[in-house]
Amino acid sequence: MDHSGPENQRDERIEPQDRYELLPDATAESRLHQELARTWYVPKGVIGWFSVVDHRTIGKRYIVTAFSFFGFAGLLAALMRVQLAVPNNHFLGPDLYNQVFTTHGTMMMFLFAVPVMEAMGVYLVPLMVGARNIAFPRLNTFSYFVYLFGGIMLTATMLMNTAPDAGWFSYVPLAGPDFTPGKRSDFWAQLITFTEVSGLAVAVELVTTIFKTRAPGMSLNRMPLFVWAMLVASFMIIFSMPSVVTSSSILLLDRLVGTHFYNPAEGGDALLWQHLFWFFGHPEVYIIFVPALGMVSSIIAAFTQRPVFGYTALVLALVATGFIGFGLWVHHMFATGLPQLGLTYFTAASMVIAIPSGVQIFCWIASLWRGRPRFHAPLLFVVGFIAIFVLGGLSGVTLASVPFDLQVHDTYYVVAHFHYVLLGGAVFPLIGGIYFWFPKMTGRMMDDGLGRVNFWVLFFGFNITFFPMHILGFEGMPRRIYTYPAELGWGTLNLVSSLGAGLLAIGGLLLLVNVVRSYRFGAVATDNPWHADTLEWGTTSPPPVYNFLHLPVVEGRNALWDRSEDAPVVTGIRSDCREVLVTDVMDAEPSNKVSYPDPSIWPFLCAVVTSAFFIGSIFTPWALPVAILPLAITLIGWFWPKSEAADAPGVKKPLREVA
Amino acid sequence: MTRLRMRLPVPRPRLADLTRSAPLVFAAAATACAGNQAMFNPQGPAARSIASLGWLLLSVCVVIYVIVMAVAAWSLFRRRDAADDLPATATKLTRAVVAGTVVSAIILVVFTVSSVVAGRGLTSPTGAGAITVDVIGHQWWWEFQYRDVSPSDFVTSPNELHIPVGVPMHLKATSRDVIHSFWVPNLHGKRDLIPGQVTNTWIQADTPGVYRGECAEFCGHQHANMAFVVVAEPMDTFLAWIARQRQPAGEPPTDEARRGHDVFLQSTCVMCHTIRGTTAGARLGPELTHVGSRMTIAAGTLPNTRGHLGGWVADPQSIKPGVRMPANPLEPADLQAVLTYLRSLR
Repeated sequence: MDHSGPENQRDERIEPQDRYELLPDATAESRLHQELARTWYVPKGVIGWFSVVDHRTIGKRYIVTAFSFFGFAGLLAALMRVQLAVPNNHFLGPDLYNQVFTTHGTMMMFLFAVPVMEAMGVYLVPLMVGARNIAFPRLNTFSYFVYLFGGIMLTATMLMNTAPDAGWFSYVPLAGPDFTPGKRSDFWAQLITFTEVSGLAVAVELVTTIFKTRAPGMSLNRMPLFVWAMLVASFMIIFSMPSVVTSSSILLLDRLVGTHFYNPAEGGDALLWQHLFWFFGHPEVYIIFVPALGMVSSIIAAFTQRPVFGYTALVLALVATGFIGFGLWVHHMFATGLPQLGLTYFTAASMVIAIPSGVQIFCWIASLWRGRPRFHAPLLFVVGFIAIFVLGGLSGVTLASVPFDLQVHDTYYVVAHFHYVLLGGAVFPLIGGIYFWFPKMTGRMMDDGLGRVNFWVLFFGFNITFFPMHILGFEGMPRRIYTYPAELGWGTLNLVSSLGAGLLAIGGLLLLVNVVRSYRFGAVATDNPWHADTLEWGTTSPPPVYNFLHLPVVEGRNALWDRSEDAPVVTGIRSDCREVLVTDVMDAEPSNKVSYPDPSIWPFLCAVVTSAFFIGSIFTPWALPVAILPLAITLIGWFWPKSEAADAPGVKKPLREVA
Repeated sequence: MTRLRMRLPVPRPRLADLTRSAPLVFAAAATACAGNQAMFNPQGPAARSIASLGWLLLSVCVVIYVIVMAVAAWSLFRRRDAADDLPATATKLTRAVVAGTVVSAIILVVFTVSSVVAGRGLTSPTGAGAITVDVIGHQWWWEFQYRDVSPSDFVTSPNELHIPVGVPMHLKATSRDVIHSFWVPNLHGKRDLIPGQVTNTWIQADTPGVYRGECAEFCGHQHANMAFVVVAEPMDTFLAWIARQRQPAGEPPTDEARRGHDVFLQSTCVMCHTIRGTTAGARLGPELTHVGSRMTIAAGTLPNTRGHLGGWVADPQSIKPGVRMPANPLEPADLQAVLTYLRSLR
């Protein structure tokens, strides 16, 4: 089982489709391939580009788009570090600085962190569970375009100097009509709507894909940990995001049609916002972080060549995190003067959530102890993750303490803490995951040597940037200030932090260089270059349009490692229409078959109309009645039933189109 | 003395006292401001109790971190063994993971209990006889109101909170616009100022000194420049200060000041500011009755010198862009007269 190094000996690039075409024309394999490729075609041309319903194409677009926003928001962070490098700086004024830090936070949270994790799920989950596509593929296309348009809107407001400037948390009454006149906060509120609509759509797709389309044999207790993580994160999205959509929508009502939900002068309540926002906002941290934990488990299994230690404990820890994550929101509000007894509960809950995190860290360390670590770039990022995340987790535990929090709340200590858990806890595993899955997504290996350099630059850059912020917090530096006086003595540490940010930027650039160079010139990847255990490595790199020539049957928890010589495959699924196998939730026993929809332009058109409606409603409530008719038209087009002929023959008539 | 019901015979401050104490106060300000907005430099009971708790939490966390990293490093680099894949090894690892989890849980219980214990003492003052002050947040300045039995004896002190040493001060906080947060790290943690609500906190300083505080909840453009000072002084000095603050502004002492007084009352200044004893009575901006006695201007942004005051009055937007105060294009001579007048308001 011990396997050393990526297998990338083959120097000639063979497209996966071609591989089967090299087979003698008459073989059953070749015929099957041709038929499946014809059925699951990815449309070409301009209209085709907008009609794609293929989860890998949409997943890759999602990932590239999310990383573009990551880059843009990272540049904004660099501007902030320039401004704060020295006291009394005049590089950015307060107006610009407030826009920059608001957009940085909003973009990182809503347009990068959550979407990129969902994007990894969109790409990987159907492959990991052995499905041909994601459930509700047209909804997937719709969600991508809604997300894209929302992101473009926010970027445009930043470039036009009308970006939101009340913080990514947008507290009222500051973000309300009286204190943020103009349209800045409306753009923020509608950005939330954009991203939450797309986020909820993807969460529903993922839950359905995981529950109903797993390969036979992949019972719940054999599901890869990454799939478990995406399942937990998706449920958290489904339960938390309605809260923020509600809060941002009534903020928009306050601003647009003069309601007074948040106006204390008219009987509204300023704290209502904070409860609604953090009821979403705290679970959101785990929505970002839980998928990253799944990536860590995948990478550790592959690079120690052993199953991850403590599968059951890890699954329980993920599920427990998902539940406890909803009981912490008030620890963002310790200073608001809520009753002491209530705060005690939230202290205890915030402490308790450290236990599942601890269990996971211990299990991973045990895995590393038992395994045979191979120090390629992905594993380095995981090791870096452990070093950073444990520190961030411990500083998080200190924040659960009400008295301590009253001092460090809204200081740079908190800024340091959440960058340790989000950048260290989620982005490091994510970058490790990019190095890990890049060969599967593109068919080419990333440069491992450059990858290791990339890791060390990012690791040092990160710690130099963010570690000093802990001390700045102790020295009393509040967050969200655009400048500070020299007398307080914060200058040196801020300068160190800004220099670290420069190193961090170089690290980001190295990643970009490595990705672009490897995409064009990287060594050709084999199907399973890391000898990993999950199903996505059992098909070609990159996978064919239909994912698997024969739908796999899973025989153990580590699908590929446990696969027997004469592993069974699923038969009886039609290859002349987009038929897929539906299995049951617990044991993945085959239960019935459904037909997935074909590519269609309608989801894109629907996304255009939806986006126009969202943006229009920033300016006038009439956007709603005006949008209803075009919205209805696009939805009718979207849900128009398949013709009888399309799915004509069949043992069992496929169910209605799943869309 | 639950409120400042002090119809006590208060010694009238003599000019000599003032001139003697002023340099001391500035020296204290300088030392307090040199890197001294720090929670681990506690100067009162609340901050001290939080700092002790902080040291406990942080030192335990550092120990845990070092141990976890050492174990992780050992796990990565240790010599591999053929026995690693035996079931017995898995049992050992399970024991180690369970032990680690149990130890973490115990530590978390200790943390929770010590937090709750520390927190109980923080919500309200321990000693009796607290003095109540209303704290009102504005974009971007602070208003401290010392109540008294009759409203005419109310004292309003913008951006400068005077407290007697060793006496707990009960603060009733609210906001006139957006949410702010009252924070003096040397004395206590934060308390939010929320429009439409009154929140309560208290501070107490054990040593005389000037402690800098700052708004800790993002409140818009000039959140960064919304600071204030807490001046902790012996009780008699404090009472003298209160007594002085109660007085309306006196007659302008010189001709120059008289001219400044007239310019002030004829300009837009009166649209926002109050000077008790004159017809200026607007309440949008900070009260200026005793502006000359304050240590800072523009909410802790600048030391209160004639030069800074002149720059501030003439063009506040260049000092605090976005601040509510407009520029005042006064004739140079008028500006100088206004400065002389404001400086005379002690």
